[in-house]
Amino acid sequence: MSNGCACQSQVTREHMDEVDRLIAPCRGQSGNLIQVLHKAQNIVGYLPREVQLKVAEGLDVPLARVYGVVSFYSLFTTVPRGRHKISVCAGTACYVRGSSQLLDRLSEDLQVRPGGTSQDGEFSLDVVRCVGACGLGPVVTVDDDVYARVHTEKLSDILALYTKE
Amino acid sequence: MEMYRSHVLVCAGAGCISSSCKAVQSALQDNIDKLGLGGEIKVVETGCMGPCDLGPVIMVFPDGVLYRRLKPEDAAEIVSQHLLKGKVVTRLMHQTEGAGGQPGGHEKMDFFSRQTRIALRNTGVINPESVEEYIARDGYRALGRVLSKMTPEQVVDTIKESGLRGRGGAGFPTGLKWEFTARSAGYPKYVVCNADEGDPGAFMDRSILEGDPHSVLEAMAICGYAIGSPMGYIYVRAEYPLAVERLSKAIDKAREYGLLGENIFGTAFNFDIEIRVGAGAFVCGEETALLASIEGRRGEPRPKPPFPAQEGLWGKPTVINNVETLASIAPIIINGAQWFAAIGTEKSKGTKVFALAGKINNTGLVEVPMGTPLREIIFDIGGGIPGGKKFKAVQTGGPSGGCIPAKHLDTPVDYESLTSLGTIMGSGGMIIVDEDTCMVDLAKFFLEFVQEESCGKCAPCRIGTKRMLEILQRITSGKGREGDIELLEELSGGIKNSALCGLGQTAPNPVISTLRYFRDEYEAHISERRCPAGACQALLTFYIDAKQCQGCGVCARACPAQAISGEKKKPHIIDTGKCVKCGACKTKCKFNAVSTL
Ligand SMILES: Cc1cc2nc3c(=O)[nH]c(=O)nc-3n(C[C@H](O)[C@H](O)[C@H](O)COP(=O)(O)O)c2cc1C
Ligand code: FES
Repeated sequence: MSNGCACQSQVTREHMDEVDRLIAPCRGQSGNLIQVLHKAQNIVGYLPREVQLKVAEGLDVPLARVYGVVSFYSLFTTVPRGRHKISVCAGTACYVRGSSQLLDRLSEDLQVRPGGTSQDGEFSLDVVRCVGACGLGPVVTVDDDVYARVHTEKLSDILALYTKE
Repeated sequence: MEMYRSHVLVCAGAGCISSSCKAVQSALQDNIDKLGLGGEIKVVETGCMGPCDLGPVIMVFPDGVLYRRLKPEDAAEIVSQHLLKGKVVTRLMHQTEGAGGQPGGHEKMDFFSRQTRIALRNTGVINPESVEEYIARDGYRALGRVLSKMTPEQVVDTIKESGLRGRGGAGFPTGLKWEFTARSAGYPKYVVCNADEGDPGAFMDRSILEGDPHSVLEAMAICGYAIGSPMGYIYVRAEYPLAVERLSKAIDKAREYGLLGENIFGTAFNFDIEIRVGAGAFVCGEETALLASIEGRRGEPRPKPPFPAQEGLWGKPTVINNVETLASIAPIIINGAQWFAAIGTEKSKGTKVFALAGKINNTGLVEVPMGTPLREIIFDIGGGIPGGKKFKAVQTGGPSGGCIPAKHLDTPVDYESLTSLGTIMGSGGMIIVDEDTCMVDLAKFFLEFVQEESCGKCAPCRIGTKRMLEILQRITSGKGREGDIELLEELSGGIKNSALCGLGQTAPNPVISTLRYFRDEYEAHISERRCPAGACQALLTFYIDAKQCQGCGVCARACPAQAISGEKKKPHIIDTGKCVKCGACKTKCKFNAVSTL
C-alpha cells in the first residue's frame, strides 16, 4: 500500500488535536463529511486510518462511509505525499498541446510514476484534469504555483526552484 | 468615493496569474507612487478580460488602451509616458487587424468588437472583491426590483419568455425548471449553483466566479424568491481555490450589506448561501451526483425521474443551474425578456460564452450571440491557427461531445445545429486541433478520461468503455484488426442505450463523431498501419538525418533496444528492425537530428 517514505509524515499529537478542534463545530453533521476531510487532509497531509476513524466518530457516521468517500474522490489520499506536489494538466486543451510528453519526462527525471512520490520524499507527481488556465497550455502546477506554456526544456528550471539547497 | 483621473485595470484571471501579472501590477503601483500619482490614478485588479494568450494584459481607462505581454520592466514607460504625459506606448500595444494594422483602443480589436457581453458583462471590468463596483454597474438592482415590484410567478414568466436555456450542458429551458420546482410540494426548497466545471478545456465558469461573483449570488437570490427557497449552495470544484476565496468574500460582503440573510431589502424574504467544495470527481458535475456530494456522500448518480425539481437535495425540490446560466439572469430582469429573446436564433436565445483553447492563436474567453458562425468565432475572433498549420477540427462538449470538421465551419452555432452535426453545445469549451492531431488518438484520450472518471456504479459505463478503450489502444499502437470499427460502433450503441447517467450515455460520442468525419484515419491505422497525422508513435519510423547528426552518441546510449549504432563524430543510424519506437533518442538529441516518417 504505502509508496515512498512514510516516516517523515507520521501523524503527530498536535495533528490529532487540531483535527479534534476542526470537528467540534460539525459534531454529528454527516453532511459536512467532505468539507471536514478537506480540512483534515490540509492539516495532516493525508488521511490515514486513525484520522478517518476520528472523523467518523466525530460526525457520527460509520467508518465504512468515510472510507467510501475518501476512496471515491481523487483529491483525497491515504498515503503521505511529497514535500512538493507537482501536477501535470491532462485536460483536453493541454493534451492537444503535448502535456503527455511533460508527464513522461517528469516521470523519468524524478523516477516516479504518476500518483507516486519520489524516493527522497521531495516530489509527488500527479495528473490533474484542467486547472482553468487552458488558454496557456500545457500547464504544470507545483504546490500553489501555476506554470503556463511549459515545454520539456523548461522543466528542469522549474524543478530547480523547489529543490532543497 | 474618491475620484480618479485614470484607472489601470490589471487582469488577474487564471491565465494572467500564471503569466506573472502580479509582478507587473506591483511594478505599476511602485512607479505610480514614485511619481506621486497615487491620488489620480487607481490600479484595479479585475477578473479575466478574455484574451489569455496576450497575458499579462492591462487596460488603461478612460482611453480603453490595451497593453499586452507586459514585463515588470515595461511599467516605468507606461507610467511616465501614458499615465503622466498622455502619450500612448505603441510598442506595448496589440497590433490589431481591425484597425488596419494600426494600434487603437481595445474596442477596435476584432477580439472585442465582435463580442456581445451579457454573462461576462462585468468580468474583467470591475474589481471582483468590491461589491460597490458591482452595485455601480446595476448590481443587485434586479434583486431589488424582483422583491419590490414582482410576484414570484412574474419572475418565472419573465425567465420563461426570455427563452434562456441552461448553459451547463443539456440546454433545458431555465424558466420551466424554475416553474416545476416552484410548483413541487415540499419544504425547504433549495437553489444549487453547479460550479463544478468538469469539461477540461472550459474555463468560463471559473472566470465568472472569480471575476464577478456577485452576479451569481444575486441570481441565486432571485431564483430563491421565484421558487420559494430560503437556502442556496454553490458547489465549486476544488481545483479553483481562488474562485472559492472570492465567493466567500462576496457572500460575507453581501450579508454585511443586507443583500443576503434575513429580510433582504427590508422585505420578508430570507435567503442565504453556503459554499461546498468538491474533491476531484468529474461525475459530480452531473446533477444527481452533485447533490449526493453536497450531502457528504460518494458522488454517484441515480436514475431520473424523480428529477431534482421534485426530489433534490435531501429529498426536497431543488433547482440546479450552471454558473453562466445564473450570470445571465439579472440582465434579463433589468432589460426585459424581449430584449434577451431578440438576441440569438429561433430556438437558442441570448449569447453564449466560448472558451477557445488548443491550436488557436487567440486563446481565451469570448461571448457571442447564439447563431454566430463557427468560422467567425475561430478565425475572426480567435485569429486562426498558429504556425501556418491547417485547421482540422473543433471539439465541442468535452468528453460528452464530438468534433466538427472544416467543411461545417459556416454552421451558425446553437444547440440545434451542434446536435445535428453529432456533437453538443456542452459548457462551451472549444478545443481547436490542427493537422498534427490524430483524431483516433483524441478519441482515445476522451475514453481514457471517461474510464478514469466513471464512478463504476453501472456496468455499461465501467466495463463497456474499457473495452472500447482497449480497441482504440490496439488501433493506435498498430495492432488494429479488421472489424474493429464495427465493434466500436456496436459497443457505442449499447452503452448509449443502457448507461445509468449522462456520463456513460454520452461517453461513446467522441468515438461516434470521429468515426463519422474521420473514418479514413481509423482505416489508415488499421489496414495500412499508418497514422496520417504522424502522431501515433508506434506507427512511425524513426530515422536519423545524417546532415544534422553530430555523432555525439547520446541517442545510442539512450536507446533501450541497442538499435542505434555509429562511429564517434560520424552520423549514426537506427536499425528499424530493432527499434521499439519509444522516442527516447528523439527527446535526448540536442541537434534535432532524429525525425519520424
Ligand atoms: C457527466 C456530466 C457532467 C456534467 N458536468 C457539468 C458541469 O461541470 N457543470 C455544469 O454546469 N453542468 C454539468 N452537467 C450538467 C448538469 O447535470 C445539469 O444539467 C446542469 O448543471 C443544469 O444547469 P443548467 O440548466 O443551468 O445548464 C453535467 C452532466 C453530466 C451528465
Ligand atoms: S486543459 Fe489544462 S488547464 Fe484546462
